[in-house]
Amino acid sequence: MNAKRKWYTKPLLGLGLLLGATFAGFPILWMIANSLKPNSEIFAWPPVWISPNSSLEPYLAVFQDPAKMRFFFNSYLVSTIVVIVTLAISILAAYAFSRFDFPGKMVINALIIAIQAVPPITLLIPYMALVVALRLYNTYTALVLTYLLFTLPYAILMMTGYMNTLPKDLDEAVMIDGGSRFRALWNVLVPTALPGIVAVGMFTFMRAWNEYLFALTLTRTNEMRTVPVGISLLMGQHAYQWNQMLAMSVIGSLPVLLLFLFFQRYFIAGMTAGSVKT
Amino acid sequence: MRDAVAQRQPRFARLGPVLKHGTPYAYLSPTLLLIILLLVVPIFLVIKYSFYDNVIINKNPVWVGLENFRIILRDSRFHTAVRNTLIFVSVSVVGHLVLGLSFALLLNNRVFSARTTGIFRVVYVLPWMFTGAVIAILWQMMLNPNGIVNYLLSVTGLSDAKIAWLSSRKYALGAVTFMNIWAGYPFFMVSILAGLQGISEDLYEAAAIDGANAVQQFFRITIPQLKPILISLLTLDFVWTIFQFDLIWITTGGGPLYATETLSTYIYKQAFSRFQYSQASVAAVLVLIACTVIAIFYARQQVARD
Repeated sequence: MNAKRKWYTKPLLGLGLLLGATFAGFPILWMIANSLKPNSEIFAWPPVWISPNSSLEPYLAVFQDPAKMRFFFNSYLVSTIVVIVTLAISILAAYAFSRFDFPGKMVINALIIAIQAVPPITLLIPYMALVVALRLYNTYTALVLTYLLFTLPYAILMMTGYMNTLPKDLDEAVMIDGGSRFRALWNVLVPTALPGIVAVGMFTFMRAWNEYLFALTLTRTNEMRTVPVGISLLMGQHAYQWNQMLAMSVIGSLPVLLLFLFFQRYFIAGMTAGSVKT
Repeated sequence: MRDAVAQRQPRFARLGPVLKHGTPYAYLSPTLLLIILLLVVPIFLVIKYSFYDNVIINKNPVWVGLENFRIILRDSRFHTAVRNTLIFVSVSVVGHLVLGLSFALLLNNRVFSARTTGIFRVVYVLPWMFTGAVIAILWQMMLNPNGIVNYLLSVTGLSDAKIAWLSSRKYALGAVTFMNIWAGYPFFMVSILAGLQGISEDLYEAAAIDGANAVQQFFRITIPQLKPILISLLTLDFVWTIFQFDLIWITTGGGPLYATETLSTYIYKQAFSRFQYSQASVAAVLVLIACTVIAIFYARQQVARD
């Protein structure tokens, strides 16, 4: 096919690629450029493409504001706990799915797949009632608990897929030597499955970090709120502090962006886990 | 006597068969417990709420049968929300598919080096990395009357009016739909790209020998080969888009004048601004029924592929 390629294929394809990159990337670049500008220049007409007055001042303002830093602390805390709990539970569940045949396996598996199609907002009203009844309103526990329903299905499916690729001889060798099943899982399977665990962990972190609806509804005070809610609240409070809102958006996106750039391969594997079977 | 015999055996030996069958369930028990607490109980509750007068606010709610369903089904705002949701979802899903497929095809080329395409792939995935609140702020800035979008339209001579995209009844729904397409296409792109790379080269070579041109190859080989992935993607995206909440809530809050009111903003307002929890539950139950049908379809399709 390469030999018969027409002369215009390459420039046309290159143009297409560049147009696509502009569509995807320009809004992000514009956000970063504006986050460095003084407020008065953000909606200048004609636009100030790169401002000579650019500075890191909006970023410093965010970092020096303890209320805003609290959003970051909350997000890191909640996301980290969600990752740990999700990993622990999904490793156990994946072990059951990957190493046993048992009555009800198909049904439970189908149920876990189907949970992915349950819209969060339909559960929000009963969650609110349950969280209030359990005296968990406006607590980290409420967020961690409710996030689990949406991180676990994906984590279990992906982890099971990964464990299925590991030979059964690995854990059976431990058990022949007299070790328990749990030791086989903990000492042999978990270390071997580490790449898969890292992938699931990052994906879970991203989900938890980006969650908005439950964080908005199940918390009340700014001390308990997470970054996405914090950013959206800035819109109301400082309607004119655009550069600070944008700076906070950039800072708030960095953890996920960095994870993505460093572990791209895992991310792609994670994104496609739900819909593509290899 | 029997006890004495049993005691001479190692402890739990009698439990052997039970344990053997129980083991997988033991490993699954945290998952099952959470499914019951976080899925089964809440779904039961939300269905129950829909048949009572105002729950949560009212300490002793009274059974009112289908009264709430009558109220909701006659509410013109609910009709608007359903209509807007259908427009928002169908345009978004088609947009995701078209952009995702086009970008995946662009990236799946042999013309440029793997390194070059790799860089483009990273750029193309970027919109998917941002949380809804950031995308909302980002596009609110772009779509401001004095924003860059209006500037580019005026420079290129397409429109000189400084359109307030998100606060105009005429354009707001289109604007949030566009934002949602921008934010969501990478999920399609990456999945389709993985699918494209799984299609055997032999198929194309055989088609080329038979004289099929690029367009014929696309419709006769690429699309049929991608079909299972596309069905999964469309199903999942359909459900996810029904409940896109963040973008709409932060940019327009369902306004102006319900122009962008969708089922998610409708349910949220009914519950958490108007405190009509029972009526909100009715809307939630109606959508849950729709999504359950889709979910069963999806799960059956996924299990069949395993």
